[in-house]
Amino acid sequence: MALEELYREVILDHYRNPRNKGHLEDPQASAQGVNPLCGDEITIEVSFDGDKVSEIAVEGQGCSISQSSASMMTEAIKGKSRDEIDELVKRFRQMMSLDTSIDDSNDPGLDPERPGSVLGDIEALQGVRQYPVRIKCASLAWNTLLEALSDASPDSTSD
Amino acid sequence: MTDLSHLKADFPILESGVHFLDSGASSQKPIPVLEAMDRFARTSYANVHRGAYKLSVASTNAYEAARKRVAEFIGAADEREVIFTRGTTTSLNTVAFGWGMEHLGEGDRILTTQMEHHANLVPWQMVAKRTGATLDHVPITDDGRLDMAILESKLGPDVKVVAVTGMSNVLGTMPDVSRIAQLAHQHGARVVVDAAQLVPHSGVDVQQLGADFVAFSSHKMLGPTGIGVLWGRMDALEETEPFEGGGEMIADVTLHDATWAEIPHRFEAGTPPIIEAVGLHAAIDYLDSIGMDLVFEHDQELTAIALERLSDVPGLAIQGPTDLKDRGGVVSMTMEGIHAHDLATILDEQNVAVRAGHHCAKPLMRCLGVTATARASFYVYNEEADINALIHGLRRAGEIFGTI
Repeated sequence: MALEELYREVILDHYRNPRNKGHLEDPQASAQGVNPLCGDEITIEVSFDGDKVSEIAVEGQGCSISQSSASMMTEAIKGKSRDEIDELVKRFRQMMSLDTSIDDSNDPGLDPERPGSVLGDIEALQGVRQYPVRIKCASLAWNTLLEALSDASPDSTSD
Repeated sequence: MTDLSHLKADFPILESGVHFLDSGASSQKPIPVLEAMDRFARTSYANVHRGAYKLSVASTNAYEAARKRVAEFIGAADEREVIFTRGTTTSLNTVAFGWGMEHLGEGDRILTTQMEHHANLVPWQMVAKRTGATLDHVPITDDGRLDMAILESKLGPDVKVVAVTGMSNVLGTMPDVSRIAQLAHQHGARVVVDAAQLVPHSGVDVQQLGADFVAFSSHKMLGPTGIGVLWGRMDALEETEPFEGGGEMIADVTLHDATWAEIPHRFEAGTPPIIEAVGLHAAIDYLDSIGMDLVFEHDQELTAIALERLSDVPGLAIQGPTDLKDRGGVVSMTMEGIHAHDLATILDEQNVAVRAGHHCAKPLMRCLGVTATARASFYVYNEEADINALIHGLRRAGEIFGTI
């Protein structure tokens, strides 16, 4: 059934037990995102080790889709470089049908078990595509992350 | 139990089997309304108030007949007190800017409430900033009603206007507007009522209500979108400046100046919603043929059933009054461990349409300590089966999220 496709166990798990929730003591970059239509709110704080994200924290309120997407995102980007994060964001947007610029004719699909799976757990969110009004819920954390990263100039991120 | 089940056949959109519980946002349209607009557009349509030809005369007559019908429906003393606008929001902005900019200044206070829709709050914030007046709010009680004692204590000679909802679009609460108007008038304040929910669901007699301005929309009362009403008592309208300038609203125009047309036309700049006025006329005829007493009673009966049945759903909390006293057919709910948007998505899979979110009342949401609620609202075409489907869907949500 479609609802089970949307509300997969991994999503509900991240919703109930959000990872990296809270605030960083001394974040190097941060951004706030809101969805004015539904009132979902999110604050993302990031610290870097060189070019790589060393720490990330998320605080916010919202539906299971927006909160689980944020939680899974924090796990996925920890330790990743800017370029790697850009690639993740691109794959995420592609999964949400927000980015059709990628030639995926040779794409092995979105099976999280497949070798080289980029998004891992996050691919559980693909069910959201069937619910166009909820895509903005899933995207909120990612858009806010991009804002936080664009906030952090290269100078301030090097240690 | 009132039986309005025969009406359902008048609403073609319900043939899909949808359990439509979002009439508080906008109501569905019955065939007589659709047919009246269609017939008018096919046979009598032209612009109003400006043609010497027969069609324009027929169109003008239909438009003015709608005004007369609205006046009669709300008990206006004079049909010129009925102004057609784009909707409740435009009606309230007309008062805030047209009246407020003329009569508010530093040292004056605008008194509104914590349960207002943004449409009866944001315009007053804007006008307060421009005039230097301050904005003050009456809080709600723990059971979701307007705190009348605090309202009374906040009234004073510096309060120039009281802006209050006739029925909360989130809680269903119906403040005692007649009493508020009485109290406010003792202090010489004008009273503005957001009646977007009140008029469709209980009807209004503006004489009995006692306010100075009353705003409502057609689309929430079985009529089309694009038209609403601002009723103003004549003396209040006389001290209101036009909020929009343009065609239709002038008496004379030179290159540097203009004088206004008579009331109500000075408040209706540009080509008005003519076909929509005909639709609103038909919607009022339809509601009157049921009887507003029965419309309200039907809402009440469904609300009683919903309140009772919802109290059995594990983890569910009603936001607002949990009894029938002074409330309309709007029920807001939250469910432990499940966000309102997830509820709405799951309910939609069961073909139950409810609203989820902040309902354009963010200050009220903060005051309730929630970011969003799921809201079911009832109207003449709803029946007990719709509530059964709602309850079934809520339980299903509990199962999916593992909270039941």
